[in-house]
Amino acid sequence: MRGEISLPRPIAEFPWRVVIPLTLLVAFGAAVLHSAAGGSMSPYASSHLLRFGVFLVMALVMSYFPEDWARMAAIPVYAVVVLLLLAVEVYGQLGGGSQRWLELGFMRLQPSELMKPGIVLIVAAFFHSLPAAMIASWRALLVPLGIIAVPMGLVLLQPDLGTALAIGFGGIVVMFLAGIPQKWFIGGGVAAVIAVPIAFFFVLKSYQQQRVLTFLDPESDPLGTGYHITQSKIAIGSGGIVGKGFGEGSQSQLDYLPEPHTDFVFATMAEEWGLIGGLFVLLVFGIVLRWGLLVARDAQTRFARLLAAGMTATIFFYVAVNLMMVMGLAPVVGIPLPFMSHGGSSMMTNMICVGALMMVERWNRQSARSAF
Amino acid sequence: MERKLTSNALKQTFTKRSFIVGSVQGGIGVLLAARMGYIAVAENEKYEMEAESNRVNLTLIPPRRGWILDRNGSPLASNRADFRVDIIPERLHDTEETVELLGDLLGFTDPEKADLRDRLETSAGFAAVPVASGLDYDKFAAVSVRIPELPGVIPQRGFSRYYPTGPSVGHLIGYVGAPSREEYEEDPQPLLLTPGFKLGKDGIEKQFEQELRGEPGARRVEVTASGRIVRDLETRDDVQGNPVQLTIDGPLQDYAARRIGLESGSVVVMDCRTGDLLCMASMPSFDPNSFSDGIGRVEYSMLSENERVPLRNKVLQGLYPPGSTVKPTVGMALMGAGVDPEETVMCNGGLQVGNRRFGCWNRRGHGPVNLAKGIYQSCDVYFYAMAQRVGMQPIADTCKRYGMQQQFDLPVVSQFYGTVPDPAWKMERYGREWQAFDTVNATIGQGYMLASPLQLAVMASRLATSEVVMPRLLLNDTAPRFESMGVSQEYKAYIRQAMSDVVNGPGTAGRARLPIDDVLMAGKTGTAQVVGLNVSDGRSGPWRYRDHGLFIFFAPFDNPRYAGAVVIEHGGGSGAAYPVARDVMTFLFDPQRGLDALHALETQWGGTAQQRLDAQYAAYAAAAGVDLPPAPPPITLAEQVDAEARAAVNEPAQAVTDAITPREEANPRAEDTST
Repeated sequence: MRGEISLPRPIAEFPWRVVIPLTLLVAFGAAVLHSAAGGSMSPYASSHLLRFGVFLVMALVMSYFPEDWARMAAIPVYAVVVLLLLAVEVYGQLGGGSQRWLELGFMRLQPSELMKPGIVLIVAAFFHSLPAAMIASWRALLVPLGIIAVPMGLVLLQPDLGTALAIGFGGIVVMFLAGIPQKWFIGGGVAAVIAVPIAFFFVLKSYQQQRVLTFLDPESDPLGTGYHITQSKIAIGSGGIVGKGFGEGSQSQLDYLPEPHTDFVFATMAEEWGLIGGLFVLLVFGIVLRWGLLVARDAQTRFARLLAAGMTATIFFYVAVNLMMVMGLAPVVGIPLPFMSHGGSSMMTNMICVGALMMVERWNRQSARSAF
Repeated sequence: MERKLTSNALKQTFTKRSFIVGSVQGGIGVLLAARMGYIAVAENEKYEMEAESNRVNLTLIPPRRGWILDRNGSPLASNRADFRVDIIPERLHDTEETVELLGDLLGFTDPEKADLRDRLETSAGFAAVPVASGLDYDKFAAVSVRIPELPGVIPQRGFSRYYPTGPSVGHLIGYVGAPSREEYEEDPQPLLLTPGFKLGKDGIEKQFEQELRGEPGARRVEVTASGRIVRDLETRDDVQGNPVQLTIDGPLQDYAARRIGLESGSVVVMDCRTGDLLCMASMPSFDPNSFSDGIGRVEYSMLSENERVPLRNKVLQGLYPPGSTVKPTVGMALMGAGVDPEETVMCNGGLQVGNRRFGCWNRRGHGPVNLAKGIYQSCDVYFYAMAQRVGMQPIADTCKRYGMQQQFDLPVVSQFYGTVPDPAWKMERYGREWQAFDTVNATIGQGYMLASPLQLAVMASRLATSEVVMPRLLLNDTAPRFESMGVSQEYKAYIRQAMSDVVNGPGTAGRARLPIDDVLMAGKTGTAQVVGLNVSDGRSGPWRYRDHGLFIFFAPFDNPRYAGAVVIEHGGGSGAAYPVARDVMTFLFDPQRGLDALHALETQWGGTAQQRLDAQYAAYAAAAGVDLPPAPPPITLAEQVDAEARAAVNEPAQAVTDAITPREEANPRAEDTST
């Protein structure tokens, strides 16, 4: 063992592999927000960095939770968040009009955000407790679907299509990875093909229908909903390979780009940093997501595996939908870009996912040590 | 063991499926990278252009309009730098609120606010609507600082049209205004939508629109999505429009317009050697300066209710029976038909033709009358008798050759041509035979005969020079060569002398003699009756029943340089007309003496034409409430004025059935009517 540098264990076990890329990404995000604020740290960049710091500590604390705690927390967490969703609904009804958050005084809590990691946790816990032989039974299909449907329905009532889809996506991916028979997925796919048009005409609100229509043909409404997509594409496209330079993006600086600090932060970035900045962002997300899947692969228990993979899928969903939206490949659904968009709720959700992944990584390391 | 195997199987499924999930994720990552590369590299040029067109806003700078100059190069219409406010209706958030706030800031009255609302309603939406111009800096600054509350309101520095002599040139020059929706549709250029751009709506301004317009300048600015200007990038100056130089003598035009005073009428003066129109004044008039931001309802109501029709250009659109002013021309016709001018006719106050007796205006009779006396004493009987001998046709032909019923090649919007009746015309028009009384009426310029003041001025020029003088309005250095009228020197001198005697001899207009020793003016009076003797005495009573006063003239009588005509509508006889002619001609030869006469009169009248118009407006605005109909747009207004002018001069629907009985003409020597 001579010649090897032996670091103290807390440092050696610190999840550098994810914290370093994330910190780089958040710092880059802060730079973009600095520019989006017209060259100022306030109001976006400084609070962005502060939140990252706070939630990183939270995630690191989380990573020390043992597996039992996590498994036992699944049902209470789910129940509490469903109650909070109901509370938002009731509060919104009383207050007249739709509402998505609860005012807690120090922050606005958006319970639907908590449900994104929450759904992964409970579905993973369910499959962990389900005897392996029953994986092909109806119970393996219907119980998780019910678990997913309740919060999804409540979130759709708010109405918040983007978050509802994120919740559904997280739950379905866990079900898929849990190994329920393939035929159900094929059947589900067929059902979805039938359900989508029905949902489009009977479930979606008219503004949501409009967004979908506009996505299919942005030029049909260049000054209305299509304006967002068009301006975003102009920002990304005009950035070219190396971008216009820090603080030089005319689309974002002159207010042509809508929401330059939240949903369209990637376009703000791409305008000033160009394709190189975009590839850097994609690369960091690639590293983080690959790390998440490796953690899941190395996990020792079924619960840990499903939890890690589900959390990774949730982060992935955010990234993919947001980037497809800003590049004109998906309708405008109001999903922020993790670690770059300004916004406390999204930072919290994504850091919970990262925290859960660091937690699973720690379990992996512990079981690896105990195996020797 | 069974359970263990299944559990292992599930783990294998997980591994397999997590590989699928990972691949999908990686695939989407690659797709996103490719998509971004496509947008940022392959379509970079297109999006760069779009970003640039977002960022850079090109605003046109309205070109400064070319000046309209008088013959000496002084401006009749110029531009002056001013502060102005316009509105782009499309960009308004709350029209009502904006109009209220803006109106309060600019100190608008209620009718003015109502006008603004109307203009906003009828506008094309994307085109600028003028709100106010010529603002003082305080008001301009007051609007400018409130801009965040007033989306769609554009305060700017610019140039506005300025007519130094205001109402004096209103009819001649016309006025400018913001392009209407129809004008934009006809000529859809972005310039027409630019705030502050005005185009000619009437008169010379309209006729020479293309010359006067100029080339717009451009300003490239960086703007935010909400239209706020961040900085200037580049500015290209405008190119001012070309000037248009008229033959008009500016001071004379102003003098003549002011000299008409409280009357309603027109003065035309020509240079009879070149045909240059020196003055075409028509009063009462409107102030073209106040029309350029749109015609307000108060102003429109005031002008349209006035029975003296200030909106009508009486020089071109006023038609009047020429009365006795036609007599020198008829005299030319008689001589042309072989009548010896020295042959006398015995006038004892009337002429017996068959069993009819046609009266002379002088009931006591003129005694023996030759042509010269027929002209300077305006004896009707001489002309009745001689016209019976030669017939109507040569008289009608001569009148036409001297300019009646002619339209001239002038850059004007509308000119009426009047009537010279003859037997064929009457047959066609009324289906009746020509009668002796028709000839009687025509020889004294009554009945069907109608002429415009411009035609009368041309007639005076042609009588003076015996050349086919053609009037012109655009200054041109070349001296035109006019055809001869084919009149012998002897006859030409004879008529000149007879017309000089009207003023300087024993004639009807002794008071028209110029107060200048070496210049003798020749002329001919005329009184045109508008109703029969049984309705009015022609001098008092309702204004619209009074006789028109006319006077044609030229000077110096033996070597004519200037010629012209004065028509005073319902002035109560020729006594209203020739003092005006006298003063206008005096001004031409001795400006100071002319101005002295005018200033004395203006003190009686209550100020200059502009001052009286302003006072009238203030009084009218104070009396009128908000409940006035809005003014029609300029195009409609011009058509309306034209149609009303035509209706006003319509020939009688029924054929005239008798000779007119001439009124005893106001003898200036006996009469002391002052004008």
